[in-house]
Amino acid sequence: MADVTLRNIHKSFGELEIIKGVDLDVTDNEFVVFVGPSGCGKSTLLRLIAGLEDITAGDLSIDGQVVNDLPPAQRGIAMVFQSYALYPHMTVQENMAFGLKLAKESRQSIDQKVGDAARILQLEELLKRKPKELSGGQRQRVAIGRAIVRNPKVFLFDEPLSNLDAALRVQMRIEIARLHEDLNATMIYVTHDQIEAMTLADKIVVLNAGVVEQVGSPLELYHHPHNLFVAGFIGSPKMNFMTTSVTGVSGDSATVSLPGGAAITVPVQGGRLKAGDDVTLGIRPEHMMEGGGGDAQMPGSVFVVERLGGETYLYVRGGTDDLITLQAGGDSTAKSGDTVSIGIAASTCHLFDADGIAVSRIERHPLADVGRGKGPGSRAETPAEAG
Amino acid sequence: MTVRASKLTRQRVRAAWVFLAPMLIVLALVAGWPLLSTFSYSFTDKTLTADSETRFVGVSNYVFYGPNLNDWDDELDGYFIVYEPDDALLVYRPDTDTFYDLDTDQPYADNVDRSQIFEWQGLLVDGLWWKSVWNTTAFAVISVALELILGMAVALILNANMPGRSVMRAAVLIPWAIPTIVSAQMWGWMLNDQYGVINEVFLGLGFIEDRLAYTANPLLALPSVIAVDVWKTTPFMSLLILAALQLLPGECYEAARVDGVHPIKVFVKITLPLIRPALMVAVIFRSLDALRIFDLIYVLTSNTRDTMSMSVYARQQLVDFQNVGYGSAASTTLFLIITSFTVVYIALGRVNFGGER
Repeated sequence: MADVTLRNIHKSFGELEIIKGVDLDVTDNEFVVFVGPSGCGKSTLLRLIAGLEDITAGDLSIDGQVVNDLPPAQRGIAMVFQSYALYPHMTVQENMAFGLKLAKESRQSIDQKVGDAARILQLEELLKRKPKELSGGQRQRVAIGRAIVRNPKVFLFDEPLSNLDAALRVQMRIEIARLHEDLNATMIYVTHDQIEAMTLADKIVVLNAGVVEQVGSPLELYHHPHNLFVAGFIGSPKMNFMTTSVTGVSGDSATVSLPGGAAITVPVQGGRLKAGDDVTLGIRPEHMMEGGGGDAQMPGSVFVVERLGGETYLYVRGGTDDLITLQAGGDSTAKSGDTVSIGIAASTCHLFDADGIAVSRIERHPLADVGRGKGPGSRAETPAEAG
Repeated sequence: MTVRASKLTRQRVRAAWVFLAPMLIVLALVAGWPLLSTFSYSFTDKTLTADSETRFVGVSNYVFYGPNLNDWDDELDGYFIVYEPDDALLVYRPDTDTFYDLDTDQPYADNVDRSQIFEWQGLLVDGLWWKSVWNTTAFAVISVALELILGMAVALILNANMPGRSVMRAAVLIPWAIPTIVSAQMWGWMLNDQYGVINEVFLGLGFIEDRLAYTANPLLALPSVIAVDVWKTTPFMSLLILAALQLLPGECYEAARVDGVHPIKVFVKITLPLIRPALMVAVIFRSLDALRIFDLIYVLTSNTRDTMSMSVYARQQLVDFQNVGYGSAASTTLFLIITSFTVVYIALGRVNFGGER
């Protein structure tokens, strides 16, 4: 198993620059997830690591060796594709053994490796079947099996679950997490699904328009987003943003006005702000309280109510351009047209300056620097919040 | 107890028949009826002569042991025979299996040596027919094989990402788009031994020392015909193969790259098996065409023995010799050969016309 290091990686297709200078360290045994909106370059970045695309500029090393000019097969990687990429005319067994056979491995060693992979992935019953006789989840397991038998230094997954239905996706997600623990392998995983990112990753890389917006543990991204993009991208429903202005600052707080006239004092390192600055206040829907409470309140009228059983989402008009989303309890009786008072706790507020960069919070969240708790490789790196 | 089909099902079945009926009727008229007529003519001695009577002759057109069929005389109701050992004129009547004296119309007294008179006749013992079968087979096998190999190469090139690809695709199709009669005539002139451009080019390049008569030379006629057919039909083959190549899953090839599979191995182990169904269909289309080849050969070399195909043979019998019965027998045999080839090919090759994998 191995480290993967990206140094100022660029990728252009003709005039179009897709990856605009990415630096990243993936440590041995780490599970790193690339996440971002479509077209952000996350799949391209993975294909650069795989060697399926040429790197325009920068250095990529795997296990200490610069691999820019090595073909995929010599990089010590294995890749699992979104649409499985199984060879349709071969059985499960042949699919897994194909690469080994062509590498002239002994029959015995091939059988051994394929047998082991089949056992790990519970494919033993299916070895004689063709891909078209398998379900989507089984096919993806075969694709993973084909990666396992190569015994790679790094596993690369390109949106492996996006062709599966929701229930199967949850199940495969758990299997991949288990596989990561069993194999003790370095894994790089691309997804647009933030639940996959949050649940699988030791470290999430948020990409947007070819640049890395933030790298960190899942809860670090949630509690200490580096900028407006990350704040809006991580978390569902997305964070509410209100443009407002600073009315007063001190060393460890900044006071901003709320729609409706109230003001709230947010515990952030306010030193770099001054009164009158335009800022954006961010509050997650799950941190807003229906019916007031908290350190400050703002009024609003309910526009739409979505009841999910366990919780209720209220979409509220409250003097901002966008509707404010509020997560209420499942037994909320609010209905469209009601007037509500939204309670806000100062400690849950995020503040972003005029450039969209977060103003650091005074207190670091206790879980932000804790990985998934499986050993040294899983610890997230030192936070790099601006402020 | 049988379950009665529901009203809806019966309605659907009825609608299906209504929609199918026009096609079935047209097919019966333009394909079924000519086929059956040809089949039935092949058991008669029908000719194109207006006033001749048509008789049922059984399988005589295919194979027959007896006096020369051309010596049949309706007025004598038997075969007119010049029996050379006795220098006698006889009549042989098949219904009584007896020889009669032409003058007296009495059974001929002497023993007649039948081996002097009777011979095997009919399509199946005709050397020219078998020559044409051989020509057709050689033509079909060689031209389809060459078209398959060249067509595959062209398709692989056209499938690659390169500038001007769509123009290339259109350009490649031109030989296929030209009517055969036109391209055959064009090639006929180009291959001409006196003023043909091919001779000029080959002479200029020093490949040959004298002008060659490509379409008249017995050794060169069939290869020339095959060459022109390959020129004309390779585009069709490459288009069918290209269509199959375009449907191949791209990620499989990336998986193969990650596996480090050599490009030739990728072609043999992945591309070929995946496009095999399309290849089988392309080959059968071309083979059926090649087995009934007529226009190209007829325009380039007319009725020459060296290149005569089964279709040319049948046409010669039907039109030039006006032997409708015999020509029909040739046509029927041609049909049977093609049918049995197709059946065997589909059964052995497990051809899948549905395009499933």
